Amino acid sequence: MTAISETTDRHRFSLAQYFICLKGIVWREALRFIHQRERFISALVRPLVWLFIFAAGFRQVLGVSIIPPYETYILYEVYIAPGLIAMIQLFNGMQSSLTMVYDRETGGMRTLLVSPFPRWWLLTSKLLAGTLVSVLQVYAFLVIAWFWEIEPPPLGYLALLPALLLSGFMLGALGMLISSLIKQLENFAGVMNFVIFPMFFASSALYPLWRVKESSPLLYYVCEFNPFTHATELIRFALYEQVNWISLAVVLGCTGVFLFGAILAYDPARGFLARRNNPAG
Amino acid sequence: MAEIEPASGIDQHDALHRRQIRFRNIPVAIPRMVTGLSAMVMTPFERTQTPALEIHRVSHRYGTRIALNNVSLTVHQSSFTVLLGLNGAGKSTLFSLITRLYAIRSGQIRIFGHDVGSEPGAALSQLGVVFQSRALDIDISVRQNLLYHAALHGIANSRADGLIAQVLDRVAMTDRSRDRVGNLSIGQMRRIEIARALLHRPRLLLLDEPTVGLDIKARADILDHVRRLSTDEGIGVLWATHLIDEAGAGDDVVVLHKGSVLAHGTVGDVIGKSGGSDLRDAFNRLTGAADQSELERA
Repeated sequence: MTAISETTDRHRFSLAQYFICLKGIVWREALRFIHQRERFISALVRPLVWLFIFAAGFRQVLGVSIIPPYETYILYEVYIAPGLIAMIQLFNGMQSSLTMVYDRETGGMRTLLVSPFPRWWLLTSKLLAGTLVSVLQVYAFLVIAWFWEIEPPPLGYLALLPALLLSGFMLGALGMLISSLIKQLENFAGVMNFVIFPMFFASSALYPLWRVKESSPLLYYVCEFNPFTHATELIRFALYEQVNWISLAVVLGCTGVFLFGAILAYDPARGFLARRNNPAG
Repeated sequence: MAEIEPASGIDQHDALHRRQIRFRNIPVAIPRMVTGLSAMVMTPFERTQTPALEIHRVSHRYGTRIALNNVSLTVHQSSFTVLLGLNGAGKSTLFSLITRLYAIRSGQIRIFGHDVGSEPGAALSQLGVVFQSRALDIDISVRQNLLYHAALHGIANSRADGLIAQVLDRVAMTDRSRDRVGNLSIGQMRRIEIARALLHRPRLLLLDEPTVGLDIKARADILDHVRRLSTDEGIGVLWATHLIDEAGAGDDVVVLHKGSVLAHGTVGDVIGKSGGSDLRDAFNRLTGAADQSELERA
């Protein structure tokens, strides 16, 4: 029977097939993104509310001195723009990972994981797809922000791209890791309270860290050890055509650790999924 | 729609008890018997084929709760095997183990001879699954959903289009290829899910309660479609359900109850061995006996 001999070879995929798989996952994420306009609009409105309202209100309260990468005095809006970019990616990373797992209605994660490709490849492709969506959201935000006098140098927009890919990957991997490990965070409100808000506020997104150090040295160290701070700083420097090497190293390291952790967590042999899910049937 | 009713017949206690002792050995005896019996019916050539699915002494627990207890069953090529059990019997756990969502902690699962734990790629590429929960993107078109699935099996768009045309034709949905999935009825979505599960030409098809939420006609249609897949195309089918009347006269049946296989064989075997008048009666007697013995042990 010819089918039998076919069997043994069918699972050995060529490099081209790996890319077909990757392309399929990215394409699907892009299609979903295009069709879910509410998701796109809310991803855009959130940082714009911070920019238009919060920053306008705080402009007079917080004076920002000249700190790298800035070479002149800057408006508070300009200061928080990189933090808001990182926030877009944080939300996107948490959302795309969590909806995969918790959306039992669609069984999306099962569909993905039953593919014969190695699981690490499926998860990495999925993360890349989510990251690319967040990159689109960020550039849409920057277009609107430009009219709000946030005008980085033209090449900064290009230099931003690798930084965005890296930080998006890190935050997506973190979301995936959290979704697999912590059962209590079953709804998005839990994630908002216990992950997104603490990470966002205990970082350099809204205020320079030297300001934090003045009021609380302890909080300063918390901020310094927060990977989100480094994602923000990597983005901030890239937007002004510079590289913050420490942040780059931290983001790279954290991406590696989170990704490794997420792949382990989704490895059936480790059984995190089995422990987490406890189906009735 | 006939649901399984719990057995009533505590007054038959003694008879049940005797039967229960007899059936304790069924998980071991039935496969042997089935092999013997069906060897007479089927051609010797077919018997020598590798089973589409082989589950050997699989157990699984969540914490202290035992979800599957020493489950063994076989789905032969070209066979239609009905996995019959009430909600909570362990059907979904078994499916999660076969599809490698959970690791197999004890026992083995082989798909066409490939161990799911050690050769997942080879095993999963032979497998098509229709999950109980809806697993299609409702925002995008039927074709886009199917292309995504093709990509997950390493099939490029150029080749996928031909395969999509074939599978849609098979489930009589060719004209809906460009439609948004959200505009389809539940029965049509099920057919698309079956088409999707068949797209990469698997030789084993798993369906977890595929007729839930369907009306009588859609249910009969889908049952008929899938049955034809096993007879016409040689696909081994494992159909999990709690609806007894979905098992036809020529099917293999596995009765799963509280994580244990109570009976495994053709419909005739299972009825004959339980002493019931029909499959429903057989099911009630088997599960009733199992519950009774559990009570006695407690």
